[in-house]
Amino acid sequence: MRDKETSVARVLRHASGDKRFKILEAQIKKFQGRQDALIEVLHKAQELFGFLEDDLLLFVAYRLKLPPSRVYGVATFYHFFTLKPQGAHTCVVCLGTACYVKGSAKVLAAAEAAARIKAGETTADSQLSLLTARCIGACAIAPAVVYDGQVAAKQTTEMVLAQLEKWREPCKPTT
Amino acid sequence: MQADDLAAIAEKHRTSRKQYCLRTCMSAGCVSSRADAIKQGLDAAVKAQGLEAEVEVRRVGCMGFCGLGPLVGLDGRGEKEILFEHVKPEDAPAIVRAAQGQEHGLQVGDPDHPFFAKQMRVVRANGGIIDPERIEDYIAANGYQALHHVLTETRPSEVVEEVTRSGLRGRGGAGFPTGLKWGTVAKSPGAKKYVVCNGDEGDPGAYMDRSILESDPHLVLEGMAVAAYAVGADQGFLYVRAEYPLAISRLQIAIRQAKQLGLLGGGIFETPFNFNVDIRIGAGAFVCGEETALMASVEGRRGTPRPRPPFPAERGLWGCPTLINNVETFANIAPIINRGAGWYAGIGTARSKGTKVFALTGKVQNNGLIEVPMGITLRQIVEEMGGGAIGGAKVKAVQTGGPSGGCIPAEFLDTSVDYESLTKLGSIMGSGGMVVMDETTNMVEIARFYMDFCRDESCGRCIPCRAGTVQMFNLLEKIVTRRATARDIALLEELCDLVKHTSLCGLGQTAPNPVLSTLRFFRNEYLELLQPGPSGGEAAVPPAGPGLAAAN
Repeated sequence: MRDKETSVARVLRHASGDKRFKILEAQIKKFQGRQDALIEVLHKAQELFGFLEDDLLLFVAYRLKLPPSRVYGVATFYHFFTLKPQGAHTCVVCLGTACYVKGSAKVLAAAEAAARIKAGETTADSQLSLLTARCIGACAIAPAVVYDGQVAAKQTTEMVLAQLEKWREPCKPTT
Repeated sequence: MQADDLAAIAEKHRTSRKQYCLRTCMSAGCVSSRADAIKQGLDAAVKAQGLEAEVEVRRVGCMGFCGLGPLVGLDGRGEKEILFEHVKPEDAPAIVRAAQGQEHGLQVGDPDHPFFAKQMRVVRANGGIIDPERIEDYIAANGYQALHHVLTETRPSEVVEEVTRSGLRGRGGAGFPTGLKWGTVAKSPGAKKYVVCNGDEGDPGAYMDRSILESDPHLVLEGMAVAAYAVGADQGFLYVRAEYPLAISRLQIAIRQAKQLGLLGGGIFETPFNFNVDIRIGAGAFVCGEETALMASVEGRRGTPRPRPPFPAERGLWGCPTLINNVETFANIAPIINRGAGWYAGIGTARSKGTKVFALTGKVQNNGLIEVPMGITLRQIVEEMGGGAIGGAKVKAVQTGGPSGGCIPAEFLDTSVDYESLTKLGSIMGSGGMVVMDETTNMVEIARFYMDFCRDESCGRCIPCRAGTVQMFNLLEKIVTRRATARDIALLEELCDLVKHTSLCGLGQTAPNPVLSTLRFFRNEYLELLQPGPSGGEAAVPPAGPGLAAAN
């Protein structure tokens, strides 16, 4: 119990002075603190912070008057929420049926080989997160890949590799 | 807001129309190919050529032929529209020249192509025509007339009766009669009731609901409001996938506009009827398409299903009677009210009425969204509308119903598209995904693909689904990598039977379908991958107990 109290105090201290927590709090107020708005609140939290770290989940639990286990349970149940920080760039390969039939598995394999990570991982330099989607509903322009939130149509292995290369370039040491 | 006000808005909007209209598809597919830059280019070109008084550049929803996008349609030149395909932003000045009747030298589509000609547009009547972000456009297309009619001229029971007579069945896949569901919710006792629209379109390879929500959001809202009146609800929830940000933003705009005009909220059309709609955003869980899991998610909990009965119609959200229908089901309501149940029941087959929207994708020439009358054959869809397989290859199978459906082999292409015929072939109507596969597609790999999906998406609540999908996937993996024997096939079939009959919800109950249907129609492909097993031929069936143990 003592532990929990100190963690709440820590979270609130952490939250004070961070503008993003204020925005999140405003969102919670918009939902009148309703506990059934938990998923909406978590969406906002992830949008603001990029990922859901433990203190952030505790903050949401405290403000919605929910047990932390419930918040953690929901955050881990849904694929959309991530508890780990993402890379500077994200590359999401759609693995829906239409994309799969048209060769998205090859596209993913090429991206994995080029970035030297597996789908779902982030590179050691935090530059790139390689992710997969179950279907983004862009089936007529399969295979589709989402680069930093932008859907790109009819992707080939070469196109994905070119994009990954483009992202890598500005980060090269300028010696 | 009264009938006169509605008519005035429609009239004002109609008279303000310009002579020529350039409709720019701004649905997710075309937007990914720079449709926003095209619209800006068109706006700039119209301005540069001083044609603002004659040419309107309109943002519209999905025009259907997504594989040829980005698309721009031109109205006002000749009887038929002129459809520009594969438009690039730099084509904008030439398109504006075309609006003036001048030479343009661009690629133009055939409006009489079977892809369009064989369609029957009821749900998608406004798709690609109206601006989804302007309620006036929807009202000018007879929008909110159905809601006005039911609120001012009919009793709730008459609305239920009308929907029942139309023969409409749920478009989410299972095909439960919509009128029957509405009647059950209407009769359930309770002061508080809810209406929920299931927009958790999770089937990979399907995007009909996304397109409807992006192209004509008010149609769905109107359908929900009519349903709420019929069953006695005053609160609605629209559950949309987080993967569809454009649909979410257009729905938010639509709800705001409808509230401003008094078409949602309190005292709609100056009657005592109140109805509010809130959007609930999903968070990437396929199982949330199942209605009890969806309700858990709307309540902000983990999206795990619970046993039925009690059905949501009796005990749904927060224990109150709840009506849950799919996006396309709600989109059918306003046309049924406006044009009559008799008209609707006249379309389709004896037991499947109306039209169905399909996402025709995969290895087919013409990719896109089609709305066809029930009873059309798969061959007409795939060969005539779809133009057959890409590059003259042979169509091998058509997959319907996603991970809950099955693969229909080419020899059954003459099957009529209706709920019963597709079920007889071991597939289902499903929500509308139709993925065409050609000879290069390995059917065992497809079965493994779907099982991988189900394994990943199983919520873990019940053991048959949680453990069964993993074991079935492992067996399929073993078969694909040529390490399996005939015993493994027998074990796989046994597991399919077990998972199908003992899982808690639809996800587990239908997860074996892709395996069963490929085993039924493409068994040879499985057998070719087998190693000569110790037990000899395929007929050898291992005893159940040790068989299961061996798989673990």
